[in-house]
Amino acid sequence: MALIELRDVRRVYDLGEVEVHALRSVTLNIELGEYIALVGPSGSGKSTLMNTLGCLDRPSHGSYLLDGQEIVTMTRDQRAEIRNRQLGFVFQNFNLLNRTSAIENVELPLMYSRGISGRERRARAKEMLEKVGLGERLDHHPSQLSGGQQQRVAIARALVNRPSILMADEPTGNLDSKTSREVIELFRQLNQDHRITVILVTHDQNVARNAKRTLVLRDGLVVEDTTDFARAVRVLHAEAEDEDDRDGDSVADADAHADLRGVAGADAGNDAAITAD
Amino acid sequence: MTFLDTLRIAIRALLKNKMRASLTVLGVVIGIAAVTTMVSIGQSAGQLVQNQFETLGTNVIVVMPGSSRRGGVRQSGAPSLTADDSDAIVRDCGAVLASSPIVGAGGQVIYGNENWSPKEMMGVGDDYLTVRNWRVAAGGFFTGQDVDSGAKVCVIGQTVVAKLFQTVNPIGQNIRIKNIPFRVVGVLERKGANMVGDDQDDIVLLPHSTVRKRLYGSAFNNVHAIMVSARAPEQMATATQQINVLLHERHKISPGAPADFQVQNTTEIAATLGIITGTMTLMLSAIAGISLLVGGVGIMNIMLVSVTERTREIGIRMAIGARGKDILRQFLIEAVVLSSIGGVIGLMLGIAASTSVTMLINAYSPAADWPIVVSLPAAAVAMVFAAGVGIFFGYYPARRASRLDPIDALRYE
Repeated sequence: MALIELRDVRRVYDLGEVEVHALRSVTLNIELGEYIALVGPSGSGKSTLMNTLGCLDRPSHGSYLLDGQEIVTMTRDQRAEIRNRQLGFVFQNFNLLNRTSAIENVELPLMYSRGISGRERRARAKEMLEKVGLGERLDHHPSQLSGGQQQRVAIARALVNRPSILMADEPTGNLDSKTSREVIELFRQLNQDHRITVILVTHDQNVARNAKRTLVLRDGLVVEDTTDFARAVRVLHAEAEDEDDRDGDSVADADAHADLRGVAGADAGNDAAITAD
Repeated sequence: MTFLDTLRIAIRALLKNKMRASLTVLGVVIGIAAVTTMVSIGQSAGQLVQNQFETLGTNVIVVMPGSSRRGGVRQSGAPSLTADDSDAIVRDCGAVLASSPIVGAGGQVIYGNENWSPKEMMGVGDDYLTVRNWRVAAGGFFTGQDVDSGAKVCVIGQTVVAKLFQTVNPIGQNIRIKNIPFRVVGVLERKGANMVGDDQDDIVLLPHSTVRKRLYGSAFNNVHAIMVSARAPEQMATATQQINVLLHERHKISPGAPADFQVQNTTEIAATLGIITGTMTLMLSAIAGISLLVGGVGIMNIMLVSVTERTREIGIRMAIGARGKDILRQFLIEAVVLSSIGGVIGLMLGIAASTSVTMLINAYSPAADWPIVVSLPAAAVAMVFAAGVGIFFGYYPARRASRLDPIDALRYE
């Protein structure tokens, strides 16, 4: 049995007059210990898929089995418990609580978990912060930490309750390239050494490249599911060209286009680097 | 998340906005202080009434002549009661402790070249002090023998002593009433003003037989009223009942016919007055309660602002596993902490205010002696009320927070 099994998952937003099909039909399996990147242009449905996988959102149709449990029929509170015990979240803008120290931020998931004493909570939070290299900054507040450090606090918080899945939504979006590499390296270690399933959404091809499997989304569908990153990039590129041909005068699409060009360009650069090696 | 964790988070959240929190608290402080003050002053007034009734004599029942019909003429205050009725009451009614006939009198009292018209001059029985729960401060009281013989003796109150005898010991002295000399056998203890402010110590007591025979020259045995005391407050009703039955029998009143006397007991009057002061207290508290309501609306307002401001925080907490009820509890406790702090401060302020108001009343009106009442149950009720206000007005914002969609909350800017 796979860790995650999605069967014909759809998500429709009813905006009164129009219905928006954010996910048209997604069927996929994810095994324990996989490292997956979700890529695709803006509006492709990757965030919706991410929110669905993260049990923040409930599909309007289909079935989602997480570790054998059906998520779709769960109540809000049950999904909250699943998020607490099985999932860890890392966000683009870190989403730490302001004016709250690093260690207290990391303790937070344990507070919402039953039967963990204050002492154990503190010990586990401290251990986790040491693991991400912030053992010296336990009592610093987010405003006293750099972006990279804040993201590491967020990662410590995501992992402190020993989840099986780490969800990251543009985890390097607000970081410079050096700290991005540190965060990516941390993800790789977590995946390799601790068998944590990592699922991330990214625009940054350098981040996506690290994943072992890439899902390319477009218009609410998974159009490519591959372990060959170069192939995923080609599909993305083709999609971008296609989109460009179809409706190039839309501002939003132009944005998406530029975005993807960036990805493709970076990819080309990287290929060149490999060739040089 | 334990209750203590939630409490800690709530207090910390409030401390982040000290000014706002204290202004919100102020609303509750004013409300609780107003309610506490009103309740305390009301209870003080009620207790004052109670005390006054106790100075009148505990468990006192008064038998008054009722209307009578003689030859088709109806007349109130007909002389239907006699001293024998009084004796019979104490002899035959088991719940009665003591009984005394009352005969009203009046006139000037002269000693040497001093004279004084006391507010009250009455003829009473030898058990009068038992009935009134009163004692003599010096000397003694007249005896049953004095009453039987119509002896020319009297007992005087403290005010009369002050008016007539500046330096002389009054015991054994003769005072003159209507030119008849009466020997002073005793001086009463000070009793103070009654509830309408009359000086109860401005009194001269004589044997009722003496008043009738010597001051009125009457051959009849009629008395104006009979004052009776029951053995205990719980026996008031029984005593009243027994007196009614006895007097119906003695006065040969056929069943259904109007009685020529009426029995009043002071607890009934006290109870009525108690209801009046209680109603006044309730009304004043209700008015004060409006300010508490306004304070509650203030809490609701601030909590709504707080929920909106912290939408993102709520989203983060939900994403990492906070259930709806965790969020609900967090905001609810915040509101309750606010209102409880207001409750404690308001309570202290209210106690201080009611104490000083009572002291002011006592300082500026000499006859009044308002007791200072700090009622612990009222304090407890005020605290529960404050917390209740927090729960009531905090619930809506808290529920709103708990129902937020985590995705929308996380996206909130």
